[in-house]
Amino acid sequence: MQKMIKKYFALFALPTLIAFSLAFVVPFVLGIYLSFTEFTTVTDARWVGLDNYVKAFKDPDFLNSLWFTAKFTIVSVVSINVFAFLLALFLTKKVLGTNVFRTIFFMPNLIGGIVLGYIWQLIINGVLYQFDVTLTSDPKYGFWGLVVLMNWQLIGYMMIIYIAGIQNVPKEQLEAAKIDGASNGTILRKIILPLVMPSITICLFLSISNSFKLFDQNLALTAGAPSKQTAMLALDIFNTFYGKAGFEGVGQAKAVMFFIMVALIVVVQLGITRRKEIES
Amino acid sequence: MKKLNRVLSLLLMVSLVFIAACGNNGNKDGGSTSSGGAGSIYFLNFKPEIATIYEQIAKDYEAETGVKVKVVTAAAGGYETKLKSEMAKSEAPTIFQINGPIGYNAWKDYTLDLKDTKLYSYLSDPSLAVTEGEGVFGIPYVVEGYGIIYNNAIMEKYFALPNKATGVSSMEEVNNFDTLKAVTEDMQANAEALGIKGVFASTSLGAGEQWRWQTHLANIPLFYEFNDMEGYDSTVLAGLEADEIQFTYGNNFKNIFDLYINNSTVKPTLLGSKSVADSMAEFALGQAAMVQNGNWAWNQIADVGGNVVKEEDIKFLPIYTGVSGEETQGLAIGTENYLAINSKVSAEKQQASIAFLEWLFSSEKGKAYVTNELGFIAPFNTFTDNEKPADPLAAQVMEWMNKDTTAVAWTFAAFPSEDFKNDFGDALLEYAQGSKTWDDVKAVVIESWKNEKAK
Repeated sequence: MQKMIKKYFALFALPTLIAFSLAFVVPFVLGIYLSFTEFTTVTDARWVGLDNYVKAFKDPDFLNSLWFTAKFTIVSVVSINVFAFLLALFLTKKVLGTNVFRTIFFMPNLIGGIVLGYIWQLIINGVLYQFDVTLTSDPKYGFWGLVVLMNWQLIGYMMIIYIAGIQNVPKEQLEAAKIDGASNGTILRKIILPLVMPSITICLFLSISNSFKLFDQNLALTAGAPSKQTAMLALDIFNTFYGKAGFEGVGQAKAVMFFIMVALIVVVQLGITRRKEIES
Repeated sequence: MKKLNRVLSLLLMVSLVFIAACGNNGNKDGGSTSSGGAGSIYFLNFKPEIATIYEQIAKDYEAETGVKVKVVTAAAGGYETKLKSEMAKSEAPTIFQINGPIGYNAWKDYTLDLKDTKLYSYLSDPSLAVTEGEGVFGIPYVVEGYGIIYNNAIMEKYFALPNKATGVSSMEEVNNFDTLKAVTEDMQANAEALGIKGVFASTSLGAGEQWRWQTHLANIPLFYEFNDMEGYDSTVLAGLEADEIQFTYGNNFKNIFDLYINNSTVKPTLLGSKSVADSMAEFALGQAAMVQNGNWAWNQIADVGGNVVKEEDIKFLPIYTGVSGEETQGLAIGTENYLAINSKVSAEKQQASIAFLEWLFSSEKGKAYVTNELGFIAPFNTFTDNEKPADPLAAQVMEWMNKDTTAVAWTFAAFPSEDFKNDFGDALLEYAQGSKTWDDVKAVVIESWKNEKAK
């Protein structure tokens, strides 16, 4: 049997391999190629070398959106993970209705980004109207609006992952610690945290990459207003690609750099948190 | 055994690929038989407000000729995006739209020369077409006009007010900015007595909703600026040549823009959340007396539930900005809608597409659609005088064309890029919200024009 599997390995992997290369490898390679060309539609490209990359770096909008995205990512990653972990801790205690709460907290994650963006736009504008301002009045409204939205959407999801992690902490160890007279704080720091490190790795990874790549919520909530000051990287790439004739290649170049950045950040993050993981 | 396995798996692989290829072919064949042979037409429509009518036309055309017309409509403000992705497909649009010389520049590799078509010969003024050298690449299919639309019923109510502060007693007298301003401000002061929330419907500055200001209103000062330049046949040509602008008439823009935002249904700081549909609804519901828009907006006014504006009360006023001699200024009349045929699809498809357009603009049935349903003032000599649209706004545009006034040409065909318009619009939003001064806006406009031209 083992032998048979080995023999037919290539054949059985083939469908997935074809799907993977059609849906991922080909577009990816094509995308990198296009970033070195000038084109109107993806089928007619003319090689221009590094021109697009030079233009991308000269574009102040790109650097502004990079800075905005970085700020947003830091704030939202911290807040999402802190809140999600606290909720998870609370909902693993024996509280009445934990399952109901878990479901409710998880639900926002099931709503699509564009819809969420418009819903929150209505809510936030409804509140700000009382003070004669709107979301677009000041970039800081847009920034905090995005942070709130992102928290609302992702906390539930991260909470589920943390709950799974916390439930895996062996009861015996907790009991032993308690008998030895460890305080709740010590138990949390010395036993629970180290043991849920795998969950933290995953949650950090998901929240960092999701925050960095945020697009639809950004588009629906502010679309970059006022004056592109709340445009994040993905939105800036989209605007470059579609907004300016002759700048499709530059948009593509930005997208390639964007990919490299996201990949670098998450690889570093995975490396760091992995090292802290221990066997229970 | 080993060998057999290898052969087997190889066979399987080949058959898999074969099946996939067949599937593809099958799809293609199936697709084109259902779309009436090789000559099927794909029309990428620019105007969402009349999308359903185009679908009806497509159905009728298929019934008459057996040629299938596929109509796809891009979302408002998303035409370039849609066009770019559709053009890359194997079933690319055969008929698409460019917005003038700038649009032609972006799509010149894709536009077919239409010099020898009947469609071009139908044009009552061939100089309207987008040309380069000997070639004709874009055919305008509609002439439109915009200005300030007002509700005459409310104006009459104002003129009858016992305590009005101005001596104006009919709209005939409003023929310059100063009078308009005096009337507007007095009306705003008496808003309650007139039963309105504000004189002007909200100045929509939400994302994607700014074109009435960064394109149409911006046209007025730049028209005058380019008009002052000597040695050009038209303001568009002058604009295309200009690497930099002075925004000489910027303060005139400020005049009218201030009037719009300060005498409106909402506070200036709230404009960032308003859409064009919002302001058309305000006008239709009688909450505002005036709104800046063009004759294409008729459907938007007529279709609002609870519409209280009567057809005979809807009139046009030119956009007065305080330029000297503006008493003889007319509406802004022109076009930014040019049809182009995709030069990269098969010759049969190109011919079929041209035939469809010729049918639409010259056959009885097609013309009836254009006049009555689409409401186009078509610039073709195939239309007789009684084949003009009957909706009040289009009728008003034609009335103004025949008046003894000078129409403002659509100079924005020369605006360097979408980005220029968006920079302008963003600056206007910040100005309305108070975070930019007028001088900042001016600087943005001048700077952005220069940068976009340099690209």
